[in-house]
Amino acid sequence: MAKVLDDAAKAAQGRSALRKALTGNEAVAYAMKQINPDVVAAYPITPATEIVQIYSSYVADGLVDTEFVAVESEHSAMSATIGASAAGARAMTGTASQGFALMWEMLYIAAGLRLPIVMPVTNRALSAPINIHGDQSDTMGARDAGWIHIFSEDSQEAYDNLIQAIRIAEHPEVSLPTLVTMDGFIISHAMEVVDILEDADVKNFVGTYKPERTVLDIDNPITMGGLDFTDYYFEHRRALAEAMINAKQHILEVAADFEKKFGRKYGLFEEYKMDDAEYAVVVLGSTAGTAKVVVDDLRAAGVKAGLIKIRVFRPFPYDELAESLKGCKSVAVLDRSDGLAGRGGPVFGEVRSAVCDLEKKPLTVDYVYGLGGRDINIEMIKSVYKDLQEIAATGKRTLVSYLGVRD
Amino acid sequence: MAKLTEIRWHGRGGQGAKTVALLLGDAALSEGKYIQAFPEYGPERTGAPVQSFNRISNEPITIHCHAKNPNVVVVLDPTLIGPVDVTAGLAPDGIVIVNTGLTAAEMKKKLNLDGRKLYTLDASTIAKETIGRDIPNTPMLGALAKVTGLIKHETLVEDTKKKLEKKFRNKPEVIGGNLKAIERAYNEVQSD
Repeated sequence: MAKVLDDAAKAAQGRSALRKALTGNEAVAYAMKQINPDVVAAYPITPATEIVQIYSSYVADGLVDTEFVAVESEHSAMSATIGASAAGARAMTGTASQGFALMWEMLYIAAGLRLPIVMPVTNRALSAPINIHGDQSDTMGARDAGWIHIFSEDSQEAYDNLIQAIRIAEHPEVSLPTLVTMDGFIISHAMEVVDILEDADVKNFVGTYKPERTVLDIDNPITMGGLDFTDYYFEHRRALAEAMINAKQHILEVAADFEKKFGRKYGLFEEYKMDDAEYAVVVLGSTAGTAKVVVDDLRAAGVKAGLIKIRVFRPFPYDELAESLKGCKSVAVLDRSDGLAGRGGPVFGEVRSAVCDLEKKPLTVDYVYGLGGRDINIEMIKSVYKDLQEIAATGKRTLVSYLGVRD
Repeated sequence: MAKLTEIRWHGRGGQGAKTVALLLGDAALSEGKYIQAFPEYGPERTGAPVQSFNRISNEPITIHCHAKNPNVVVVLDPTLIGPVDVTAGLAPDGIVIVNTGLTAAEMKKKLNLDGRKLYTLDASTIAKETIGRDIPNTPMLGALAKVTGLIKHETLVEDTKKKLEKKFRNKPEVIGGNLKAIERAYNEVQSD
């Protein structure tokens, strides 16, 4: 008994001692330091620059064992990371926006080769016109590239998600590259309170990477990325889809273990006051935190408002989401990227698909918001919930709106 | 003060508006508070008007939009008054703290205070006399701590010292100067 108490007291002490004020980029770089990958190949780009910059100082100061490869572009960053991963290394990189776009063909190759690369991405708008601010258009473009795609609300989640991503990606039945994103500037450059885990705890949690096969194993020679024409390509793509669909259960297993060890709970999405919600907003990233304040205010005024924050966008939790939304009268999706085709952004398409087979479907609408970092405030989110109440009362709706734009 | 306090810092590029928000955030964290500190990012260049922000609360902070209705506005450079609407969105019971050589009564005439409280401090003179350069951010931080009571005097001094010791390892005179500047701010800040 005494020992248990001692441990609990020690743990509590440790927790408070490890509370830090960090920006999102600092938190992510710190998580990478604790993960201590074998190889990091990277190239700096705003607003993800600090991740690479801070990490390279860890390497220079001898705080990590990582081989740091300073490459000449993001295409090379992903290529070098792929090479290292194929050789059996735990390999990471990080980027944003145009840099992510330059990685494009290599993103598909990482997934097709089933390499468990973990990459933090600081979400930012794509040019043109030139804009460096928070916007989810960059990684949304890669939704079908075969990468697991995890969004973070704040610095704490970015830190926790990155640590969990190593275990998810490297699970032998998953073996897929994994993106962990946070909103550019809004999170990457905002200092917030982050509870940091002990180095040893992270080391134990992520474990050692033991690949099933590598290109450098001369006793068991293999070819990676060979020609794969009409004979087997289709089967390999089918297997990729199967791995992605099955990843869901492993993501949840890793989250459960993380919660058991460190006390912070994660799922495929977070339900905020959804139990008896009639009007729900579905959103990803930092806007969820602002929306929670609105939900609290509305609940205090007797409005049955709820919120769903999607954490795992790939694999998308269709069935689970439908179950959560089935009692709602109306649902608004907030998209920080646009499909440019009159049917809203990518999240809207997925949410509509999730609820379309429900017997009693909620009325769904989409709001494209915050492109290029445009602020989304309390009043704007309140106006969305007001619209939802009107839609439920009248049955009339505007399918897609642009929130906060000057039309 | 409200449950969640929002602070907006107005300065010019190079005056330490971002750094002071980080210093305040760190000091408030060491008192067990929840904090945010973030600058407004634009085409920053030396001398251009810049803003930075803090949120401080006893509860976890989830809000991530701009801080449009601050409870406290701190003006690091009085030449911003006029070109920049420094009291824009300030809460009805909010306060303004200005770095100026003018008296509070004189400064009051230049601001659209609408009954809100004004404090002044000649932070530039203090900075020049203690740090040797017109970097008014730490004395203004001292003034803010004094008039709002958001953080304790000793926490601010200890935390600023710790933070500056990391940044100015090779310039110990900068650290001493900043701490002296905070002390003087506590004694010299005026109200209207």
